[in-house]
Amino acid sequence: MKKIYYLWLRQIKKYLRSRARMIGTLAQPIIFLVMFGYGFGGSFGAGGGNYLNFLAPGIVGMSIIFTAIFTGIEVIWDRQFGFLKETLVAPMPRTDVMIGRTAGGATVATIQGIIVLLISTLFGFQPASWAAVFPVIFIMFLIAIIFASIGTIIGSFLDDMQAFSLIMNFLVMPLFFLSGALFPLQGLPGWLTFISRIDPLTYGVDALRVLLANIGHHDLGLGTDALVLVGMALVFSLVGGYFFEKIQV
Amino acid sequence: MIEVSNLTKKYGDLVAVDNVTFTVNDGEVFAFLGPNGAGKTTTVKMLTTLLHPTAGVMRLNDIDPVREPERARRTFGIVFQDPSLDDDLTAWENMDLHGVLYDVPDAERRKGCEELLKFVDLWDRKDSVVKEFSGGMKRRLEIARGLLHEPKILFLDEPTTGLDPQTRNLMWDRLQDLNKTKGMTIFLTTHYMEEADRMANRIAIMDEGKIIATGTPDELKKQTNTEFLEDAFLALTGKTIRDEGAGSADHARTMGRRMGRR
Repeated sequence: MKKIYYLWLRQIKKYLRSRARMIGTLAQPIIFLVMFGYGFGGSFGAGGGNYLNFLAPGIVGMSIIFTAIFTGIEVIWDRQFGFLKETLVAPMPRTDVMIGRTAGGATVATIQGIIVLLISTLFGFQPASWAAVFPVIFIMFLIAIIFASIGTIIGSFLDDMQAFSLIMNFLVMPLFFLSGALFPLQGLPGWLTFISRIDPLTYGVDALRVLLANIGHHDLGLGTDALVLVGMALVFSLVGGYFFEKIQV
Repeated sequence: MIEVSNLTKKYGDLVAVDNVTFTVNDGEVFAFLGPNGAGKTTTVKMLTTLLHPTAGVMRLNDIDPVREPERARRTFGIVFQDPSLDDDLTAWENMDLHGVLYDVPDAERRKGCEELLKFVDLWDRKDSVVKEFSGGMKRRLEIARGLLHEPKILFLDEPTTGLDPQTRNLMWDRLQDLNKTKGMTIFLTTHYMEEADRMANRIAIMDEGKIIATGTPDELKKQTNTEFLEDAFLALTGKTIRDEGAGSADHARTMGRRMGRR
Protein backbone atom coordinates (compact mmCIF):
# COMPACT_ATOMS: atom_id res chain seq x y z
CA MET A 1 0.00 0.00 0.00
CA LYS A 2 2.82 2.35 0.89
CA LYS A 3 4.50 1.62 -2.42
CA ILE A 4 1.31 2.41 -4.32
CA TYR A 5 0.97 5.63 -2.33
CA TYR A 6 4.53 6.69 -3.21
CA LEU A 7 3.94 6.02 -6.90
CA TRP A 8 0.69 7.98 -6.68
CA LEU A 9 2.51 10.84 -4.97
CA ARG A 10 5.17 10.86 -7.66
CA GLN A 11 2.51 11.47 -10.29
CA ILE A 12 1.05 14.39 -8.28
CA LYS A 13 4.47 15.95 -7.72
CA LYS A 14 5.30 15.75 -11.39
CA TYR A 15 2.03 17.49 -12.24
CA LEU A 16 2.55 20.28 -9.73
CA ARG A 17 6.10 20.83 -10.94
CA SER A 18 5.44 21.19 -14.62
CA ARG A 19 3.72 24.55 -14.81
CA ALA A 20 3.93 24.59 -18.59
CA ARG A 21 1.96 21.39 -18.85
CA MET A 22 -0.60 22.58 -16.35
CA ILE A 23 -1.18 25.84 -18.20
CA GLY A 24 -1.14 24.10 -21.57
CA THR A 25 -3.79 21.61 -20.60
CA LEU A 26 -5.94 24.36 -19.08
CA ALA A 27 -5.62 26.67 -22.08
CA GLN A 28 -7.26 24.22 -24.43
CA PRO A 29 -10.57 23.84 -22.57
CA ILE A 30 -10.72 27.60 -22.05
CA ILE A 31 -10.27 28.18 -25.77
CA PHE A 32 -13.05 25.69 -26.47
CA LEU A 33 -15.31 27.34 -23.92
CA VAL A 34 -14.76 30.76 -25.45
CA MET A 35 -14.87 29.75 -29.10
CA PHE A 36 -17.81 27.39 -28.91
CA GLY A 37 -19.59 29.16 -26.09
CA TYR A 38 -19.68 32.48 -27.90
CA GLY A 39 -19.54 31.03 -31.38
CA PHE A 40 -22.46 28.62 -31.18
CA GLY A 41 -24.20 30.25 -28.25
CA GLY A 42 -26.20 32.59 -30.45
CA SER A 43 -27.59 30.01 -32.84
CA PHE A 44 -28.26 27.55 -30.02
CA GLY A 45 -30.14 30.14 -28.00
CA ALA A 46 -32.64 30.54 -30.82
CA GLY A 47 -33.91 27.04 -30.07
CA GLY A 48 -34.46 27.86 -26.43
CA GLY A 49 -32.01 26.81 -23.75
CA ASN A 50 -28.57 27.91 -22.71
CA TYR A 51 -25.71 26.51 -24.74
CA LEU A 52 -23.14 27.23 -22.06
CA ASN A 53 -25.00 25.00 -19.62
CA PHE A 54 -24.90 22.29 -22.27
CA LEU A 55 -21.29 22.91 -23.21
CA ALA A 56 -19.55 23.33 -19.85
CA PRO A 57 -19.97 19.72 -18.65
CA GLY A 58 -18.71 18.54 -22.05
CA ILE A 59 -15.59 20.70 -21.78
CA VAL A 60 -14.98 19.42 -18.27
CA GLY A 61 -15.15 15.89 -19.71
CA MET A 62 -12.76 16.89 -22.47
CA SER A 63 -10.15 18.29 -20.12
CA ILE A 64 -10.32 15.07 -18.08
CA ILE A 65 -9.84 12.69 -20.99
CA PHE A 66 -6.99 14.69 -22.50
CA THR A 67 -5.12 14.84 -19.22
CA ALA A 68 -5.90 11.23 -18.29
CA ILE A 69 -4.84 9.76 -21.64
CA PHE A 70 -1.66 11.77 -21.43
CA THR A 71 -0.76 10.52 -17.95
CA GLY A 72 -1.27 6.96 -19.21
CA ILE A 73 0.88 7.53 -22.27
CA GLU A 74 3.60 8.87 -19.97
CA VAL A 75 4.66 5.22 -19.77
CA ILE A 76 6.40 5.96 -23.06
CA TRP A 77 8.34 8.87 -21.54
CA ASP A 78 9.30 6.78 -18.58
CA ARG A 79 10.48 4.09 -20.93
CA GLN A 80 12.59 6.58 -22.90
CA PHE A 81 14.05 8.28 -19.86
CA GLY A 82 14.61 4.91 -18.24
CA PHE A 83 12.63 5.33 -15.05
CA LEU A 84 10.19 2.63 -16.13
CA LYS A 85 12.90 -0.03 -15.65
CA GLU A 86 13.39 1.08 -12.07
CA THR A 87 9.74 0.31 -11.29
CA LEU A 88 9.61 -2.84 -13.42
CA VAL A 89 12.34 -4.61 -11.44
CA ALA A 90 11.08 -3.44 -8.04
CA PRO A 91 10.06 -6.24 -5.66
CA MET A 92 6.32 -5.66 -5.98
CA PRO A 93 3.57 -6.90 -8.28
CA ARG A 94 3.58 -4.96 -11.53
CA THR A 95 -0.17 -4.53 -11.17
CA ASP A 96 0.56 -2.46 -8.05
CA VAL A 97 2.88 -0.26 -10.10
CA MET A 98 0.09 0.18 -12.62
CA ILE A 99 -2.46 0.93 -9.87
CA GLY A 100 -0.24 3.62 -8.35
CA ARG A 101 0.42 5.25 -11.69
CA THR A 102 -3.19 5.10 -12.84
CA ALA A 103 -4.59 6.38 -9.55
CA GLY A 104 -2.06 9.23 -9.64
CA GLY A 105 -2.86 10.10 -13.23
CA ALA A 106 -6.60 9.90 -12.55
CA THR A 107 -6.25 12.19 -9.54
CA VAL A 108 -4.37 14.73 -11.62
CA ALA A 109 -7.02 14.57 -14.36
CA THR A 110 -9.81 14.97 -11.81
CA ILE A 111 -8.15 18.04 -10.29
CA GLN A 112 -7.84 19.41 -13.79
CA GLY A 113 -11.56 18.76 -14.36
CA ILE A 114 -12.47 20.59 -11.16
CA ILE A 115 -10.35 23.58 -12.17
CA VAL A 116 -12.03 23.71 -15.58
CA LEU A 117 -15.44 23.51 -13.91
CA LEU A 118 -14.54 26.46 -11.70
CA ILE A 119 -13.23 28.40 -14.68
CA SER A 120 -16.43 27.77 -16.62
CA THR A 121 -18.40 29.49 -13.85
CA LEU A 122 -16.35 32.59 -14.62
CA PHE A 123 -17.81 32.47 -18.12
CA GLY A 124 -21.30 32.38 -16.69
CA PHE A 125 -21.92 28.68 -16.22
CA GLN A 126 -24.19 28.06 -13.25
CA PRO A 127 -24.35 24.53 -11.89
CA ALA A 128 -27.91 23.39 -11.20
CA SER A 129 -26.87 22.63 -7.65
CA TRP A 130 -23.58 22.71 -5.78
CA ALA A 131 -24.79 19.76 -3.73
CA ALA A 132 -23.93 17.62 -6.74
CA VAL A 133 -20.25 18.32 -6.24
CA PHE A 134 -19.38 14.97 -4.65
CA PRO A 135 -21.12 12.73 -7.16
CA VAL A 136 -19.62 14.96 -9.85
CA ILE A 137 -16.11 14.36 -8.54
CA PHE A 138 -16.83 10.64 -8.39
CA ILE A 139 -17.96 10.61 -12.04
CA MET A 140 -14.89 12.66 -13.00
CA PHE A 141 -12.63 10.16 -11.28
CA LEU A 142 -14.28 7.24 -13.09
CA ILE A 143 -13.81 8.93 -16.47
CA ALA A 144 -10.20 9.64 -15.51
CA ILE A 145 -9.52 6.02 -14.51
CA ILE A 146 -10.93 4.73 -17.79
CA PHE A 147 -8.85 7.03 -19.96
CA ALA A 148 -5.68 6.77 -17.89
CA SER A 149 -5.97 2.99 -18.36
CA ILE A 150 -6.52 3.39 -22.10
CA GLY A 151 -3.40 5.58 -22.14
CA THR A 152 -1.47 2.88 -20.29
CA ILE A 153 -2.59 0.24 -22.77
CA ILE A 154 -1.40 2.41 -25.66
CA GLY A 155 1.83 3.23 -23.81
CA SER A 156 2.55 -0.46 -23.28
CA PHE A 157 2.57 -1.05 -27.00
CA LEU A 158 4.41 2.00 -28.26
CA ASP A 159 7.96 2.86 -27.48
CA ASP A 160 8.27 6.36 -28.82
CA MET A 161 6.18 9.49 -28.87
CA GLN A 162 6.05 9.65 -32.66
CA ALA A 163 2.70 7.91 -32.71
CA PHE A 164 1.27 10.40 -30.24
CA SER A 165 -0.35 12.69 -32.82
CA LEU A 166 -1.81 9.64 -34.51
CA ILE A 167 -3.51 8.68 -31.28
CA MET A 168 -4.76 12.20 -30.65
CA ASN A 169 -6.24 12.45 -34.14
CA PHE A 170 -7.65 8.99 -34.61
CA LEU A 171 -8.67 8.06 -31.10
CA VAL A 172 -8.98 10.95 -28.68
CA MET A 173 -10.55 13.55 -30.96
CA PRO A 174 -13.23 11.19 -32.39
CA LEU A 175 -14.06 9.93 -28.89
CA PHE A 176 -14.38 13.53 -27.76
CA PHE A 177 -16.58 14.65 -30.69
CA LEU A 178 -18.80 11.58 -30.60
CA SER A 179 -19.38 11.82 -26.86
CA GLY A 180 -21.91 14.58 -27.30
CA ALA A 181 -19.66 17.01 -25.46
CA LEU A 182 -20.16 19.74 -28.06
CA PHE A 183 -23.46 18.92 -29.75
CA PRO A 184 -26.46 16.69 -29.01
CA LEU A 185 -26.13 13.19 -30.44
CA GLN A 186 -29.19 13.24 -32.60
CA GLY A 187 -29.67 12.36 -36.22
CA LEU A 188 -26.24 10.73 -36.54
CA PRO A 189 -25.85 7.90 -39.06
CA GLY A 190 -26.18 4.44 -37.50
CA TRP A 191 -22.48 3.60 -37.41
CA LEU A 192 -21.60 6.87 -35.72
CA THR A 193 -24.36 6.31 -33.18
CA PHE A 194 -22.84 2.90 -32.54
CA ILE A 195 -19.39 4.40 -31.89
CA SER A 196 -20.86 7.03 -29.63
CA ARG A 197 -22.56 4.27 -27.65
CA ILE A 198 -19.31 2.40 -26.99
CA ASP A 199 -17.48 5.64 -26.20
CA PRO A 200 -17.02 5.81 -22.41
CA LEU A 201 -17.02 9.58 -22.52
CA THR A 202 -20.63 9.59 -23.80
CA TYR A 203 -21.74 8.22 -20.45
CA GLY A 204 -19.38 10.45 -18.53
CA VAL A 205 -20.54 13.63 -20.22
CA ASP A 206 -24.18 12.60 -19.87
CA ALA A 207 -23.78 11.96 -16.15
CA LEU A 208 -21.98 15.27 -15.64
CA ARG A 209 -24.68 17.07 -17.58
CA VAL A 210 -27.48 15.51 -15.54
CA LEU A 211 -25.74 16.37 -12.28
CA LEU A 212 -24.51 19.82 -13.20
CA ALA A 213 -27.10 21.20 -15.58
CA ASN A 214 -30.10 18.95 -15.14
CA ILE A 215 -30.14 18.07 -18.82
CA GLY A 216 -29.23 14.73 -20.27
CA HIS A 217 -29.84 12.16 -22.91
CA HIS A 218 -33.47 11.13 -22.85
CA ASP A 219 -32.80 7.41 -23.22
CA LEU A 220 -29.89 7.18 -20.81
CA GLY A 221 -30.14 7.93 -17.12
CA LEU A 222 -27.79 8.72 -14.32
CA GLY A 223 -28.06 5.13 -13.03
CA THR A 224 -27.15 3.63 -16.41
CA ASP A 225 -24.31 6.11 -16.84
CA ALA A 226 -22.80 5.34 -13.46
CA LEU A 227 -23.10 1.58 -13.96
CA VAL A 228 -21.52 1.69 -17.42
CA LEU A 229 -18.70 3.91 -16.14
CA VAL A 230 -17.93 1.66 -13.18
CA GLY A 231 -17.99 -1.38 -15.46
CA MET A 232 -15.72 0.23 -18.04
CA ALA A 233 -13.34 1.50 -15.36
CA LEU A 234 -12.98 -2.07 -14.10
CA VAL A 235 -12.54 -3.59 -17.55
CA PHE A 236 -10.05 -1.02 -18.82
CA SER A 237 -7.93 -1.02 -15.68
CA LEU A 238 -7.79 -4.83 -15.78
CA VAL A 239 -6.81 -4.80 -19.45
CA GLY A 240 -4.30 -2.01 -18.73
CA GLY A 241 -2.86 -4.05 -15.87
CA TYR A 242 -2.57 -7.08 -18.13
CA PHE A 243 -0.61 -5.24 -20.82
CA PHE A 244 1.52 -3.38 -18.30
CA GLU A 245 2.49 -6.72 -16.80
CA LYS A 246 3.71 -7.88 -20.23
CA ILE A 247 6.01 -4.91 -20.92
CA GLN A 248 9.55 -5.84 -21.89
CA VAL A 249 12.28 -3.25 -22.18
CA MET B 1 23.31 -18.50 -6.72
CA ILE B 2 22.87 -17.90 -10.44
CA GLU B 3 22.50 -20.82 -12.79
CA VAL B 4 22.03 -20.35 -16.48
CA SER B 5 21.89 -23.05 -19.11
CA ASN B 6 21.49 -22.79 -22.86
CA LEU B 7 20.09 -19.29 -22.60
CA THR B 8 19.18 -17.83 -25.99
CA LYS B 9 17.57 -14.58 -27.11
CA LYS B 10 16.68 -14.02 -30.73
CA TYR B 11 15.30 -10.96 -32.46
CA GLY B 12 14.09 -12.36 -35.75
CA ASP B 13 17.20 -13.64 -37.49
CA LEU B 14 19.57 -11.94 -35.12
CA VAL B 15 20.82 -13.98 -32.21
CA ALA B 16 21.68 -11.54 -29.41
CA VAL B 17 22.48 -14.23 -26.85
CA ASP B 18 23.47 -17.59 -28.23
CA ASN B 19 23.15 -20.72 -26.11
CA VAL B 20 24.91 -19.33 -23.05
CA THR B 21 25.65 -21.50 -20.01
CA PHE B 22 27.33 -20.41 -16.77
CA THR B 23 27.08 -20.58 -13.00
CA VAL B 24 27.80 -17.93 -10.40
CA ASN B 25 28.52 -19.22 -6.92
CA ASP B 26 27.13 -17.83 -3.71
CA GLY B 27 29.17 -14.83 -2.55
CA GLU B 28 31.17 -14.62 -5.72
CA VAL B 29 32.07 -11.53 -7.74
CA PHE B 30 31.49 -12.55 -11.33
CA ALA B 31 32.25 -10.40 -14.35
CA PHE B 32 30.91 -10.50 -17.87
CA LEU B 33 33.57 -9.00 -20.05
CA GLY B 34 32.99 -8.28 -23.70
CA PRO B 35 33.00 -5.70 -26.47
CA ASN B 36 29.98 -3.57 -27.31
CA GLY B 37 27.01 -5.50 -28.61
CA ALA B 38 28.27 -8.81 -27.22
CA GLY B 39 24.96 -9.57 -25.51
CA LYS B 40 25.95 -8.72 -21.93
CA THR B 41 23.09 -6.33 -21.27
CA THR B 42 20.57 -8.63 -22.95
CA THR B 43 21.66 -11.42 -20.61
CA VAL B 44 21.30 -9.17 -17.57
CA LYS B 45 17.86 -8.06 -18.74
CA MET B 46 16.72 -11.66 -19.02
CA LEU B 47 18.04 -12.47 -15.57
CA THR B 48 16.31 -9.45 -14.08
CA THR B 49 12.86 -10.22 -15.58
CA LEU B 50 12.92 -7.33 -18.05
CA LEU B 51 13.09 -9.58 -21.11
CA HIS B 52 11.78 -13.06 -21.83
CA PRO B 53 14.33 -15.52 -23.21
CA THR B 54 13.70 -17.30 -26.49
CA ALA B 55 15.05 -20.53 -25.00
CA GLY B 56 17.02 -21.80 -22.04
CA VAL B 57 16.72 -22.08 -18.29
CA MET B 58 17.69 -19.59 -15.55
CA ARG B 59 17.71 -19.85 -11.77
CA LEU B 60 18.30 -17.00 -9.32
CA ASN B 61 18.65 -18.33 -5.81
CA ASP B 62 16.68 -21.36 -7.07
CA ILE B 63 13.89 -19.17 -8.45
CA ASP B 64 12.91 -19.18 -12.10
CA PRO B 65 12.64 -15.50 -13.10
CA VAL B 66 10.38 -16.36 -16.03
CA ARG B 67 7.83 -18.31 -14.02
CA GLU B 68 8.05 -16.40 -10.74
CA PRO B 69 9.22 -12.92 -11.70
CA GLU B 70 7.98 -11.25 -8.55
CA ARG B 71 9.76 -13.67 -6.21
CA ALA B 72 12.89 -13.37 -8.30
CA ARG B 73 12.79 -9.58 -8.02
CA ARG B 74 12.94 -9.85 -4.26
CA THR B 75 16.38 -11.42 -4.44
CA PHE B 76 18.27 -8.92 -6.55
CA GLY B 77 19.11 -5.27 -7.03
CA ILE B 78 20.40 -3.69 -10.20
CA VAL B 79 22.34 -0.68 -11.37
CA PHE B 80 21.44 -0.13 -15.01
CA GLN B 81 23.80 0.78 -17.78
CA ASP B 82 21.58 3.59 -19.06
CA PRO B 83 19.80 6.24 -16.98
CA SER B 84 16.81 5.18 -14.90
CA LEU B 85 16.22 8.22 -12.68
CA ASP B 86 13.11 10.35 -12.64
CA ASP B 87 14.27 13.74 -13.90
CA ASP B 88 11.33 15.60 -12.37
CA LEU B 89 12.07 14.40 -8.85
CA THR B 90 14.85 15.64 -6.59
CA ALA B 91 17.90 13.56 -5.71
CA TRP B 92 16.42 12.87 -2.30
CA GLU B 93 13.04 11.87 -3.72
CA ASN B 94 14.66 9.47 -6.16
CA MET B 95 16.54 7.81 -3.30
CA ASP B 96 13.55 7.80 -1.00
CA LEU B 97 11.19 6.32 -3.60
CA HIS B 98 13.71 3.58 -4.35
CA GLY B 99 14.01 2.78 -0.66
CA VAL B 100 10.25 2.47 -0.31
CA LEU B 101 9.90 0.29 -3.40
CA TYR B 102 12.66 -1.98 -2.08
CA ASP B 103 11.21 -2.34 1.42
CA VAL B 104 13.94 -0.47 3.27
CA PRO B 105 12.48 0.38 6.73
CA ASP B 106 11.83 4.10 7.42
CA ALA B 107 14.65 4.93 9.83
CA GLU B 108 17.19 2.91 7.92
CA ARG B 109 16.06 4.50 4.68
CA ARG B 110 16.53 8.04 5.93
CA LYS B 111 19.92 7.21 7.34
CA GLY B 112 20.95 5.34 4.22
CA CYS B 113 19.82 8.11 1.85
CA GLU B 114 21.77 10.71 3.81
CA GLU B 115 24.89 8.60 4.11
CA LEU B 116 24.93 7.60 0.45
CA LEU B 117 24.19 11.10 -0.85
CA LYS B 118 27.14 12.33 1.20
CA PHE B 119 29.16 9.38 -0.05
CA VAL B 120 28.69 10.42 -3.69
CA ASP B 121 29.04 14.10 -2.79
CA LEU B 122 25.49 15.12 -3.67
CA TRP B 123 24.25 15.97 -0.20
CA ASP B 124 24.12 19.75 -0.77
CA ARG B 125 22.18 19.12 -3.97
CA LYS B 126 19.70 16.72 -2.43
CA ASP B 127 16.72 19.03 -2.99
CA SER B 128 17.59 19.86 -6.58
CA VAL B 129 15.56 18.31 -9.35
CA VAL B 130 17.63 15.70 -11.21
CA LYS B 131 16.93 17.48 -14.51
CA GLU B 132 19.47 20.12 -13.42
CA PHE B 133 22.25 17.57 -12.82
CA SER B 134 25.21 16.96 -15.09
CA GLY B 135 25.74 13.51 -16.59
CA GLY B 136 28.36 12.62 -13.98
CA MET B 137 26.14 13.70 -11.09
CA LYS B 138 23.27 11.61 -12.41
CA ARG B 139 25.55 8.62 -12.70
CA ARG B 140 26.71 9.07 -9.11
CA LEU B 141 23.15 9.33 -7.89
CA GLU B 142 22.31 6.18 -9.78
CA ILE B 143 25.13 4.31 -8.05
CA ALA B 144 24.12 5.65 -4.63
CA ARG B 145 20.56 4.53 -5.24
CA GLY B 146 21.71 1.06 -6.25
CA LEU B 147 23.56 0.70 -2.95
CA LEU B 148 20.64 1.75 -0.77
CA HIS B 149 19.35 -1.72 -0.16
CA GLU B 150 21.30 -4.91 0.31
CA PRO B 151 20.00 -7.64 -1.96
CA LYS B 152 21.34 -11.19 -2.15
CA ILE B 153 22.48 -10.60 -5.71
CA LEU B 154 23.54 -7.24 -7.10
CA PHE B 155 23.64 -6.77 -10.87
CA LEU B 156 25.84 -3.95 -12.12
CA ASP B 157 25.58 -3.29 -15.84
CA GLU B 158 28.69 -1.32 -16.80
CA PRO B 159 28.48 0.57 -13.52
CA THR B 160 31.61 2.63 -13.89
CA THR B 161 30.97 3.99 -17.37
CA GLY B 162 30.87 7.77 -17.05
CA LEU B 163 32.05 7.72 -13.46
CA ASP B 164 35.04 9.70 -12.24
CA PRO B 165 37.97 7.69 -10.84
CA GLN B 166 37.36 8.89 -7.26
CA THR B 167 33.78 7.69 -7.18
CA ARG B 168 34.78 4.53 -9.00
CA ASN B 169 37.27 3.62 -6.29
CA LEU B 170 34.88 4.52 -3.50
CA MET B 171 32.21 2.39 -5.10
CA TRP B 172 34.48 -0.61 -5.47
CA ASP B 173 35.66 -0.35 -1.86
CA ARG B 174 32.08 -0.33 -0.71
CA LEU B 175 31.07 -3.21 -2.95
CA GLN B 176 34.00 -5.30 -1.81
CA ASP B 177 33.02 -4.60 1.74
CA LEU B 178 29.41 -5.69 1.09
CA ASN B 179 30.68 -8.76 -0.68
CA LYS B 180 33.00 -9.73 2.22
CA THR B 181 30.84 -8.84 5.21
CA LYS B 182 27.34 -9.62 3.89
CA GLY B 183 28.28 -12.28 1.37
CA MET B 184 26.52 -10.38 -1.39
CA THR B 185 26.86 -12.03 -4.79
CA ILE B 186 27.91 -9.49 -7.39
CA PHE B 187 27.37 -9.88 -11.11
CA LEU B 188 28.89 -7.14 -13.21
CA THR B 189 29.37 -6.43 -16.86
CA THR B 190 32.20 -4.24 -18.01
CA HIS B 191 34.57 -3.59 -20.82
CA TYR B 192 37.26 -2.26 -18.50
CA MET B 193 39.76 -5.09 -18.35
CA GLU B 194 41.67 -3.89 -15.32
CA GLU B 195 38.43 -3.54 -13.40
CA ALA B 196 37.40 -7.13 -14.05
CA ASP B 197 40.95 -8.23 -13.28
CA ARG B 198 41.01 -6.47 -9.95
CA MET B 199 37.45 -7.09 -8.79
CA ALA B 200 36.20 -10.39 -10.10
CA ASN B 201 36.77 -13.85 -8.72
CA ARG B 202 35.81 -15.25 -12.08
CA ILE B 203 35.27 -13.81 -15.53
CA ALA B 204 33.29 -14.92 -18.54
CA ILE B 205 34.35 -13.38 -21.82
CA MET B 206 31.44 -12.84 -24.14
CA ASP B 207 31.53 -12.04 -27.83
CA GLU B 208 28.80 -12.03 -30.46
CA GLY B 209 26.30 -13.57 -28.09
CA LYS B 210 28.50 -16.48 -27.03
CA ILE B 211 30.67 -17.10 -24.00
CA ILE B 212 34.07 -17.84 -25.48
CA ALA B 213 36.05 -18.35 -22.26
CA THR B 214 35.42 -18.62 -18.53
CA GLY B 215 37.84 -18.70 -15.63
CA THR B 216 39.70 -16.73 -13.00
CA PRO B 217 41.72 -13.81 -14.35
CA ASP B 218 44.89 -15.88 -13.97
CA GLU B 219 43.46 -18.85 -15.79
CA LEU B 220 42.42 -16.64 -18.70
CA LYS B 221 45.90 -15.13 -18.93
CA LYS B 222 47.48 -18.57 -18.82
CA GLN B 223 45.08 -19.94 -21.40
CA THR B 224 46.01 -17.24 -23.89
CA ASN B 225 49.66 -17.00 -22.90
CA THR B 226 49.35 -13.33 -22.09
CA GLU B 227 50.57 -11.24 -19.21
CA PHE B 228 47.67 -8.82 -18.94
CA LEU B 229 43.99 -9.50 -19.09
CA GLU B 230 43.65 -6.89 -21.79
CA ASP B 231 45.87 -8.94 -24.06
CA ALA B 232 43.93 -12.08 -23.19
CA PHE B 233 40.73 -10.25 -24.06
CA LEU B 234 42.08 -9.08 -27.39
CA ALA B 235 43.54 -12.49 -28.15
CA LEU B 236 40.11 -14.00 -27.65
CA THR B 237 37.86 -11.41 -29.27
CA GLY B 238 40.08 -10.04 -32.02
CA LYS B 239 41.03 -6.44 -32.60
CA THR B 240 38.25 -5.11 -34.76
CA ILE B 241 36.22 -2.29 -33.29
CA ARG B 242 32.63 -3.15 -32.49
CA ASP B 243 30.23 -0.46 -33.42
CA GLU B 244 27.12 -0.64 -31.33
CA GLY B 245 25.17 1.29 -33.92
CA ALA B 246 24.50 -0.33 -37.28
CA GLY B 247 24.09 -4.07 -37.42
CA SER B 248 24.36 -4.73 -33.71
CA ALA B 249 21.95 -6.36 -31.34
CA ASP B 250 20.69 -3.01 -30.11
CA HIS B 251 19.87 -1.91 -33.59
CA ALA B 252 17.97 -5.08 -34.34
CA ARG B 253 16.17 -4.71 -31.03
CA THR B 254 14.94 -1.24 -31.95
CA MET B 255 13.88 -2.41 -35.37
CA GLY B 256 12.11 -5.42 -33.94
CA ARG B 257 10.18 -3.22 -31.55
CA ARG B 258 9.18 -0.80 -34.26
CA MET B 259 7.73 -3.66 -36.21
CA GLY B 260 5.71 -4.72 -33.19
CA ARG B 261 7.74 -7.78 -32.27
CA ARG B 262 8.12 -8.01 -28.53
